[in-house]
Amino acid sequence: MTMQFMLLFSRQGKLRLQKWYVPLSDKEKKKITRELVQTVLARKPKMCSFLEWRDLKIVYKRYASLYFCCAIEDQDNELITLEIIHRYVELLDKYFGSVCELDIIFNFEKAYFILDEFLLGGEAQETSKKNVLKAIEQADLLQESQSEDWGSLPNEELL
Amino acid sequence: MSDVVEKTLTALPSLLSLDSQPGSTKLSSTSKLGSLIRGITELTSKHEEEKLIQRELVSIKEQVSSPNTSMRQMKDLMVRAIYCEMLGYEASFSYIHAIKLAQQGTALEKRVGYLAVSLFLNESHELLLLLVNTVLKDLQSTNLIEVCMALTVVSQIFPKDMIPAILPLVEEKLNHPKEIIRRKAVLALYKFYLIAPNQVQHIHSKFRLALCDRDPGVMTASLHIYLQMIQENPEGYKDLTTSFVTILKQVVGGKLPMDFNYRSVPAPWLQIQLLRILSLLGKNDQSTSEIMYEVLDESLQRAEMNHNITYAILYECVKCIYTIHPKSELLEKAAKCIGNFVLSPKMNLKYLGLKALTYVVQQDPKLALQHQMTIIECLDHYDLLIKRETLELLFRITNAQNVTVIVEKMLEFLSTSKDDYTTTDLVGKVAELAEKYAPDNEWFIETMNTVFSVGGDTMQPDIPNNFLKLLCEGFDSVEEDRKLRLFAVDSYVSLLQGKPGNLPQRFLQVISWVLGEYSHLREELDPATVMRLLVKLLERKQTSSETKSYVLMAMTKLCRSGEGVSIAQEVSESYSSSMDTVLRQRAHELQHLSHNLELRTRVLLPGEAGLEPLEVDSSLSFLDGFVSEALAAGAAPYKPPHQRQEELAQAKALSLEPYSLALPISMSSCSITDRQSPTLLSMSSGLSGDSTDLSHKGGSTTLKLDGVKRVWGKEGYLAQREPIEEAQIEVPSPLRSPIQQTETGNSHSPSPAPTQSPEHEPEKQQLASSLFVGLSSQSSVCLMGKSEPMPQRFRKKAKGQSSTSAPTSNSLISLPSTVDHLLCTNLLEKTPELSEVHAAANGTCDVEAALVSHEDSNTPQDLCLSSHLPAELSELFHSEISPLCSTQSLHLSACYVQKEDSLILVIFITNSSDFAVHDVHVDLDSEQLEVSCASDSPVKEVRGCCVAVCQYSLTVKRPSAHVTVAGMVSHQLHIETPQTAQFSYELPLTSFVRPLKVSTEEYGRMWLDFTHDTKQNLTLINDGEEPLTDTLTVLKKKLQLHIVEIIGMEGIVACRLLPDQPCLMHCRLHAGSLAVWMRSSLPDLPDCLMYHCQRSLTEH
Repeated sequence: MTMQFMLLFSRQGKLRLQKWYVPLSDKEKKKITRELVQTVLARKPKMCSFLEWRDLKIVYKRYASLYFCCAIEDQDNELITLEIIHRYVELLDKYFGSVCELDIIFNFEKAYFILDEFLLGGEAQETSKKNVLKAIEQADLLQESQSEDWGSLPNEELL
Repeated sequence: MSDVVEKTLTALPSLLSLDSQPGSTKLSSTSKLGSLIRGITELTSKHEEEKLIQRELVSIKEQVSSPNTSMRQMKDLMVRAIYCEMLGYEASFSYIHAIKLAQQGTALEKRVGYLAVSLFLNESHELLLLLVNTVLKDLQSTNLIEVCMALTVVSQIFPKDMIPAILPLVEEKLNHPKEIIRRKAVLALYKFYLIAPNQVQHIHSKFRLALCDRDPGVMTASLHIYLQMIQENPEGYKDLTTSFVTILKQVVGGKLPMDFNYRSVPAPWLQIQLLRILSLLGKNDQSTSEIMYEVLDESLQRAEMNHNITYAILYECVKCIYTIHPKSELLEKAAKCIGNFVLSPKMNLKYLGLKALTYVVQQDPKLALQHQMTIIECLDHYDLLIKRETLELLFRITNAQNVTVIVEKMLEFLSTSKDDYTTTDLVGKVAELAEKYAPDNEWFIETMNTVFSVGGDTMQPDIPNNFLKLLCEGFDSVEEDRKLRLFAVDSYVSLLQGKPGNLPQRFLQVISWVLGEYSHLREELDPATVMRLLVKLLERKQTSSETKSYVLMAMTKLCRSGEGVSIAQEVSESYSSSMDTVLRQRAHELQHLSHNLELRTRVLLPGEAGLEPLEVDSSLSFLDGFVSEALAAGAAPYKPPHQRQEELAQAKALSLEPYSLALPISMSSCSITDRQSPTLLSMSSGLSGDSTDLSHKGGSTTLKLDGVKRVWGKEGYLAQREPIEEAQIEVPSPLRSPIQQTETGNSHSPSPAPTQSPEHEPEKQQLASSLFVGLSSQSSVCLMGKSEPMPQRFRKKAKGQSSTSAPTSNSLISLPSTVDHLLCTNLLEKTPELSEVHAAANGTCDVEAALVSHEDSNTPQDLCLSSHLPAELSELFHSEISPLCSTQSLHLSACYVQKEDSLILVIFITNSSDFAVHDVHVDLDSEQLEVSCASDSPVKEVRGCCVAVCQYSLTVKRPSAHVTVAGMVSHQLHIETPQTAQFSYELPLTSFVRPLKVSTEEYGRMWLDFTHDTKQNLTLINDGEEPLTDTLTVLKKKLQLHIVEIIGMEGIVACRLLPDQPCLMHCRLHAGSLAVWMRSSLPDLPDCLMYHCQRSLTEH
């Protein structure tokens, strides 16, 4: 069931998020990303949401201008992967309050935090929406209480 | 759901400044990241972007290294560095600062620090070592969020060697009151299990606790581990089947809290995980399968909603039903499901239906028949994926009758495919089908021609190799062989007369070889004509030098007389000064041959005689004289390539990668010979590449320390013959048992006649009838072509043979991970119970599990048994005396005594009755051990209330971590009927290990000779001043090793396995652990010893 990697990219082919669950060199990552973005963008809307790529299966889905794209192994279940993508989008949506691409661009670290709370090491860690968001919110609370303290420091934006 | 992201803005730059965006309120667009992003979106060219990012990186670099940068600022810098890396620009300077941020920041910054670490680094990155302390600290933190962060990062990346350092802390977390912590701890352990299974072996019982956790999330997490473990060893977890079934029942029945629902389906991910586990458990196991039928049925019924998620579950259910022991009712329902998938208008479902069909069609061919029209439609689908999967399905149902149509369809697809991976894969499949089912010679050769031209130079090298092997070995009838070869020759000649320039190199090589070997079969064909065609090839610029050497070899075979010879002379002349040494060699051979008539008649005229296998002295013993002379003159002895590599690596200063690139010599030499001459000979010469490694296998029984002599000496090589023969005998039969196939094929009730609607177009109908011919239910048995009425046309000989060289080469390239794995499986097989592992590792021997009938182990008798030890043994170390078995009157106990040169197994036979026991026989047997009786006369009679002692001397035949002796005792009591009892006794391999006293020079020489090796990093004992010495001393004490020398960071250690199989150990301090490299002449010995070393160090 292990996911190999997950990529988020825009319709223009700009990478918005990348998470690799298998160790690969940077060069390989770049090559894979380039190839996949090209292939996926070239697909027609009526085609299946899966494609074969090397020895992997790619499962992708487009939400507005963003493509979510996961790589799994051949014996894995493509449909459930599609639903993993969907659950992730739901989580983002709930967290950001109707999410849009801009939220993910500017708060990509948050998007990573949510992903890490949902998938860990390529496996679904917690599938209860409530629990994932609870964990994120708790960590956020901690951040905010601290950032208030920090906020009182003078000249914090001047570097 | 498509409205989720509906607010996406296409006009990005103009809208960036708005603050009313609900999501973007937190991300002040005035922040540095904001301005960076805005800057990039305003740019128009890639070049400008590059400039901007480079500027950004310089500024980040400056700031991160400035001492005045606060952690808060560091956090922002990291986020920007992550962003730059995502755009594809390297920011490796920031890696170390990411670690620092994780270490020093408060929770706020720490989180970003850990994130950056997990995004920047991968498992093998050396900087990760610096993270260990931070993780350790955070795991002990009282702040739950920090603990969570540490566990999250650990489950993503952690240096394998450092697992022991944090393992106890992670383990502790399994009992944490918070479920989120428990869940993350379980996933961290899962990660450890994946990368180093033997490290978490001792906590298997805790996995069970996690499985029974009251929180469903923790339980779900533990299933990842179970899935993995069951995949590796389904037998070990059969007892859990009922638990898994119960869990699934509860989930399906909706007993979980509502939050786990997804689209009102209860915990779909959990269901799928459980279905996978069940299919693994129920595979080939009827009784286990029966437990799960009911719940599978329920799952099928419950999943009725019309949504992806239910289809996902259904798909998994169907797979499970077809994997486990079949039940007709369920199969029917599953088949209906697949039908619904295949017929669905939704592409995703159709694809999944085809995939499921491909999966089940071998068991249930009638399903393919039912859907033949859909399959035909999918063959012309606009989505290549669907087309591809359909071909995969057809590949599975190919038989001798439909092979031509199916291969045609595959070749059609190939001609349009542009993807290398697909081409390679499909070409391999076509070649396989052609070899298996070719209806006639013409078709076969023509199909293979297409395979070679389309497959080009990316196809698997074994396709041309197999093809040539097939041509040259032939099959049953001599006449058929001749025809096939003749047809090949004709076809190739006409190809060469056409446009050979478009043909791939591999194909040209095949052509050259075939023409050289067989063109004489076509008598009317003048060899000179062939020669001229070949010359044309040589003249082409695109022809690679490998192909050229094939061409020259073919010419060597063809130059007989007349014009051919003059062409040969011309060609050889022009290549005799080639820069390529191989080509030059070939050219010289050809030149020599073409000028020497006598040699030509002697070598070439026999024609067919050349096909007889030649006697080859693979040991190169004829070179012995030359070598010893050279050695006497002071030449350096030969070193195998990996040894040279190692020395090179050592010579470099500060080599952080101590064991790089061990070249598998056997592999390389094998493949070269294969390429040049596709005959059986290549196999044995491949093995001879290993001659140095094998020389000890069955070698003489005394240790010779004169390494030079042994490498080239006759004795060593004589011994090497034996393993080669063995290897050839072990070649598995290429024909799989037809009985198995018949069984699976028959297990379903015959199908009703396929329903076909009449309105399909006639051409599709025709295609259908040609595709699905031979698939009717009566002939379903022969579907896989295994028990065809017509025997397979071409038998495949190649695969089985090539696999024989694998075991020898494996040991050369064994990486630490494979060693881990090996250890683990060994351990799991031998000792599934936790207690045993521990006891066995202590050096004591736990025979409890193996006891057959054992009642009173603690009688005082056992305690004083040691006094019965023979005098000559009583002084020596003996193991704890453990009971073996009992009969009505006899109790058997055993211990072993370690003598310097042997191991004695002592069996005490206690007669507890008052009467004498007669005809006592003790029989011992063992797969791994050689057992011989050491007492002068075997015990026959045991008098009342007495103890008799038998001694056996044991030597190891086949090393494994623990070795077992099985035995049986039989006797007669008085006049009663004979009684028997069975027992088994397990000893650790270490009891057979003795120190080997050698000097450093001798060690060096021996090291070169041995090639069975293994490498692993072991825990270092770090409590003293000199960790290396301390660690080695512990090993010396526990395992009886001999420390040869310790120089600085390195130590060399030697031991022998009784009677005289040396094993050498090279230890070196590396990154806080002990990098150990073991070598021996015995294949499994290093792995087994490594296991014991690891045990004794972790126990220390």
